[in-house]
Amino acid sequence: MRKLALSDEILMSVEKPARYIGGEVNAVMKDKKQIDIRFAMCFPDVYEIGMSHLGIQILYDMFNRREDIWCERVYSPWIDMDKVLREQRIPLFALESQEPIKDFDFLGITIQYEMCYTNILQVLDLAQIPLEAAKRTKEHPFVIGGGPCAYNPEPLADFFDLFYIGEGETQYFHLMDLYKEWKRSGGTREDFLKQAAQVPGIYVPSLYEVHYKEDGTIASMMPVCPEAPEKVHKQVVVDVTDTFYPKKPVVPFIKATQDRVVLEIQRGCIRGCRFCQAGMLYRPARERDLEMLKEYASEMLKNTGYEEISLSSLSSSDYTKLEELVNFLIEECSPKKINISLPSLRIDAFSLDVMGKVQDVKKSSLTFAPEAGTQRLRDVINKGLTEEVILNGAGQAFEGGWSRVKLYFMLGLPTEEEEDMKGIAALAEKIAERYYEVPKDQRNGKCQIVVSTSFFVPKPFTPFQWAPMCTKEEFLHRAYVVNHEIKEQKNKKSIKYNWHEADVTVLEGILARGDRRIGSAVRKAYEKGCLFDSWSEYFRNELWQEAFAQCGIDVDFYTARVRAKDEVFPWDFIDIGVSRAFLEREWDHALHGNVTKNCRQGCSGCGAAVYKGGVCHEHQN
Amino acid sequence: MNIRIKFCKTGSLRFISHLDLMRYFQKVLRRAEIDICYSEGFSPHMIMSFASPLSLGLTSRGEYVDIRVHKAPSSAEALERMNAVTVEGMEVLRFRRLPEQSKNAMSIVAAADYEVRFREEQKLPKEWAEKLAKYLEQPAICIQKETKKGKQEVDIRPWIYACSVREGVIDMQLSAGSVHNLKPELLMQSFGEWAGFAVPASALLIHRTELYADLGTETERKLVPLEELGEDIG
Repeated sequence: MRKLALSDEILMSVEKPARYIGGEVNAVMKDKKQIDIRFAMCFPDVYEIGMSHLGIQILYDMFNRREDIWCERVYSPWIDMDKVLREQRIPLFALESQEPIKDFDFLGITIQYEMCYTNILQVLDLAQIPLEAAKRTKEHPFVIGGGPCAYNPEPLADFFDLFYIGEGETQYFHLMDLYKEWKRSGGTREDFLKQAAQVPGIYVPSLYEVHYKEDGTIASMMPVCPEAPEKVHKQVVVDVTDTFYPKKPVVPFIKATQDRVVLEIQRGCIRGCRFCQAGMLYRPARERDLEMLKEYASEMLKNTGYEEISLSSLSSSDYTKLEELVNFLIEECSPKKINISLPSLRIDAFSLDVMGKVQDVKKSSLTFAPEAGTQRLRDVINKGLTEEVILNGAGQAFEGGWSRVKLYFMLGLPTEEEEDMKGIAALAEKIAERYYEVPKDQRNGKCQIVVSTSFFVPKPFTPFQWAPMCTKEEFLHRAYVVNHEIKEQKNKKSIKYNWHEADVTVLEGILARGDRRIGSAVRKAYEKGCLFDSWSEYFRNELWQEAFAQCGIDVDFYTARVRAKDEVFPWDFIDIGVSRAFLEREWDHALHGNVTKNCRQGCSGCGAAVYKGGVCHEHQN
Repeated sequence: MNIRIKFCKTGSLRFISHLDLMRYFQKVLRRAEIDICYSEGFSPHMIMSFASPLSLGLTSRGEYVDIRVHKAPSSAEALERMNAVTVEGMEVLRFRRLPEQSKNAMSIVAAADYEVRFREEQKLPKEWAEKLAKYLEQPAICIQKETKKGKQEVDIRPWIYACSVREGVIDMQLSAGSVHNLKPELLMQSFGEWAGFAVPASALLIHRTELYADLGTETERKLVPLEELGEDIG
């Protein structure tokens, strides 16, 4: 029987001890004597969040297919367990073997959002691994980062030995083979890093030097040795059908946020919304083969016992064989009482028909993400959703029995004016009015419209990477304008308004477009006690502000400043296929309110065609 | 057709709460492709009921759950299928058909057997076993018990059906179920208070070994293990 790392006394003293025991269905156990490489895969947030992440499930399955590698999982210990581990100096351990991760060969950390940066330091600290990569020795694992935030890794450059830029399915085995050779050769830590730097997609921050101009912007970023390339190229799985995907994902005992089979139907998005980082990073859009998806859906349901399956993609409606896939799932799932969840669907006759079959109309709600309140601003952001389409979709839905609508918007988008803010309220009102056009005996009580606004954060590798961000005061003012305007509407009682917190948005903005100099403040904030920053009850803005002040960091320099067209960005050394020239063109189009076609309507020459796959080459086969 | 399943919950599964265990068990049934019946309505759920929730931290080799199925494989095949898709710490021991019209396990639980050990690190006064025997000789054992009406004094002595010490292990048979449910940790706490030493719950290793129905009369108990109310499917 597996021996647990923690005593019963400790486990019985914390909330949800099942977070720390491993042993879940489909967790992989191996004999460590037969293993060459021990890889700890970490999601730096609490177990229920981390276990919901598809990327780790894919890589976990991929690594464990190799007999010489044992990949295990580790998550951020929750506040209560954090305290126990610190007080008793118990080193953080992996769930499967329950052994300290400081003894592993690699610690891989997926970096999904900026607000997890202090949790990364927590994991290193509790693992008893030096926070700074420069202080690690041959006794320590190599710490490698990946995920969307690795596309601007610079704020975290001090803490990682390597970053993997792009999709993990492509180069990890190559990197592991190099590591085995290096281990046999008895070389130094630096030897391995220099070899790794030559693997496509691998970025070794210690092999680069950054020089700054007097105004604080970057003058240059150059490799310090011949092994490190000037440009690091994003790695892409060109064929997303003939690749790794887990047929037996790990099934947690406790309810995870994503408590269902997740079937990734495609990667990337054809839409080109100008605020959306994922839409640019994961180009080109690539579809998985229908037959593969059918096979995986059946097998994953059988191997997990889940009672729900969810399709995953940035925009499910764009999957060309969606109707066939959904019909297959309905046929497969309904006799077994398995639910089907279809997020990110455009509301139209087809989706309403499907949703009517798979969910309880009275209980479920329609979701629209117009993102902006007026057509002018929707054109600026290239969100091809018109008022007419929304009102038509909502109208059909109301006639079909729906009565709840969720609307998502962003505030603080480039060029936003008061009229755009008020437009949010006006759109909600029109939807409410549309509802009350349905004859009383055919509708389901009052309608409930929930309007949510988040605050816009400009992200690297988007056309808005040059844009200034609002200050906290400005954000709150805009939310106030919306709130006030909603109260002026005739159907105000049917409209509820929620807005996101502004402090945390500003911090996200600093970290998203930050450079290497930010790292000291991340460390300082962690040392002051910042942790679980994405959990509003634990977010402590005052400590972050103190940390920035003490590190001499001017917050506005990173957020409120207009960036010049030719400014060198901290992330410029990464090549994501999508060219800077394209992003600049798109920024111009945005300011002129010109829309750009989606990838299926016509190619706009973004540059992602270099990968020779996906939507860029659909018509050539 | 109604089926009674007996299983054990040991090892690290003791840290899985009852609610999570129910969710886990549903997944086992789906993975094993047991043809279970669902309730009607828009969010159908499996027709299943557990006999008696086991507190977090306790292990057991006598847990029961009743389910209803459309059709069932043989007991041997069901055990094989379920045990092929479960994890270390859970093993399905019985899969038995219940007679028509039988009551579900939850409603008939009347008693439970436990084995209670002290953790080695726990320092115990000498002759604790003799003290336990003395403690049990009392005609009445009154304790404060939290009830819906607030704290109430109750006599737990009638609910202790058996209690003896065998090589450091305390075997006890206690009243269980919906009428009088006496938890072994409560009994041990009461004993500790009486004997003058602390027995925190973390000092005990508690293993449930069986659950019983009472087929006797008002005056005489006749405890029968729940599994004996069903029979194997050939």
